[in-house]
Amino acid sequence: MSTTTAPSAAQAAPTPPAPPRVETPFQRFVSEFAASRLALAGLAVFTTIVLIAVLAPWIAPQNPYDLAQLDIMDSRLEPGSVGGAGFTHWLGTDDQGRDMLSGIMYGLRISLIVGAGSAVIACMVGASLGMLAAYAGGRTDSAIMRLVDLQLSFPAILAALMILAVLGKGVLNVVIALVLVEWAYYARTVRGTALVERRREYIEAAQCLALPTRRVIFRHLLPNCLPPLIVVGTMQVARAIALEATLSFLGLGVPITEPSLGLLIANGYEYMLSGKYWISFYPGIALLVTIVSINLVGDHLRDVLNPRLKR
Amino acid sequence: MTVYLLRRLIQAAGVVLAMSVIVFIGVYAIGDPVEILISPDADQFERERAIRAFGLDRPLWQQYFTFLGRALQGDLGRSFVFNEPALKLILQRMPATLELAVGATVVALIIGVPLGLYAGLKPESPVSKGVMAASILGFSLPTFWVGLMLILVFAVQLGWLPSTGRGETVEVLGMRWSFLTADGLAHMVMPAVNLSLFKISLVIRLTRAGVRETMLMDFVKFARAKGLSPRRVIAVHVLKNIMIPVVTVVGLEFGGTIAFSVVTESIFAWPGMGKLIIDSINVLDRPVIVAYLMIIVLMFIVINLVVDLTYSVLDPRVRLEAKGA
Repeated sequence: MSTTTAPSAAQAAPTPPAPPRVETPFQRFVSEFAASRLALAGLAVFTTIVLIAVLAPWIAPQNPYDLAQLDIMDSRLEPGSVGGAGFTHWLGTDDQGRDMLSGIMYGLRISLIVGAGSAVIACMVGASLGMLAAYAGGRTDSAIMRLVDLQLSFPAILAALMILAVLGKGVLNVVIALVLVEWAYYARTVRGTALVERRREYIEAAQCLALPTRRVIFRHLLPNCLPPLIVVGTMQVARAIALEATLSFLGLGVPITEPSLGLLIANGYEYMLSGKYWISFYPGIALLVTIVSINLVGDHLRDVLNPRLKR
Repeated sequence: MTVYLLRRLIQAAGVVLAMSVIVFIGVYAIGDPVEILISPDADQFERERAIRAFGLDRPLWQQYFTFLGRALQGDLGRSFVFNEPALKLILQRMPATLELAVGATVVALIIGVPLGLYAGLKPESPVSKGVMAASILGFSLPTFWVGLMLILVFAVQLGWLPSTGRGETVEVLGMRWSFLTADGLAHMVMPAVNLSLFKISLVIRLTRAGVRETMLMDFVKFARAKGLSPRRVIAVHVLKNIMIPVVTVVGLEFGGTIAFSVVTESIFAWPGMGKLIIDSINVLDRPVIVAYLMIIVLMFIVINLVVDLTYSVLDPRVRLEAKGA
């Protein structure tokens, strides 16, 4: 019904001279982003995951860290069975009688905090250094970029492994390792954009106004380097989550007291061979859905924000 | 070309040296190996003897120069745990890792190039779209989890493939290889496929992009106009050109594959360098950690060099530039 009335209203509208609709860049971005249903679905799924992680203490059937709530008699129950506490373990329980659904909800918290936290810090470090390199040029530029090249010539997994071998386990150490591994991607991306942008007139104008260098960099140059940074940032969050899971799986990441999805998967490893698949399977699915949803969003962001594809 | 090669070699040596300092300091400066090596019951005398035996009582820079001097003679220290030369330990396990990495690369090329070629030639077909969607999944999937699922399905439930170890090996050239025996091959299938997942996606995307670009080139039009069969145009003219980026990236990725085999080897209990390094990190067997890192650095530099040279052979434009420069 409403679809039939809308066009007639639109036809009636043009009679008074309507002011030309000016689309702000943000509105245009939103409408372009919404054009891909896949990306929207990714965004919806990711938002749900974030909500689940944030609300875990209130919506999880059990607090998996509260030992008083765990019953060893409930250990390794199959998905769908009812445990001693009287509620159904939809995704089964692990070797300590922990409800897997609750474990995953709490695990998501750790995975997301580590992933997003390291991405944000790495972005700040990398973007600052990248812009400094582009703006200063010369020796500063080549020194920073040498470091970037060196960093990027090593696979992330290996570099992170070594850093953790030195620092030891712990959530903070994992974040440090991920930041050290990831900053170079941001630095390289930002430098590339900033090199082009700093030759534009508006930078020249800002310099002519004798604005302090810091202001030129952060208020004029940075906002114009944001689009590629956002794309890289989105992808890097997914990468960081996957890397954290891998490191935790290898036993080098988060400690056993703060199990992320990777550690949950590792816990189920030894039970896999006896066919108790659910301890590893469901955390893996949660990890997979998280990463894929972020990548879907990031993939589409790249198309939307790429100036070369702009009509 | 010689000047170029020489300059690259000097650069490479510089990187190795820089990395040796970083690695050595990183690994030795933090933590106290004495605590791990010597049992808490040992008396003072025993402790000091052990510290002297491992050279841990000297200043760090002295330890480094001893390390560097020895390293140049091929001696990277002795494993605290195995009491064997670290280099020997790693080299013993290198064939297993190399075999796995090469296997994964072969799998990636065999699966990736045809799929990418198809997706590039018929970009609008549903099969191509499916292939591309699957390749996104290949980038996103947590590889270690896929490995576990492979074990679950093919080893536990179907019982088709063995889940751990290398199986039967044959000794050729003084090294043990799995791929020459049927049992060894069966053991290799799952780890190799697992390790190649990421590469398959990469090869598909590269091939597809390359094909779509190359098909529009003038030389393809000329080859067609000359009356060559489509098969020949694709096999000779198109494929040869798209192999340049594919070879480069797969070559560069080879180092990454070796690094990532750390994960695969841990899952499938494949007795290679990766499993050794994880075990060594867990017991803080520093000489092995340092030796592993130095070997990996060397490996990476050699791989980069080889890729650059291969590139210049495949792409005449690079050679001309090198000459002009």
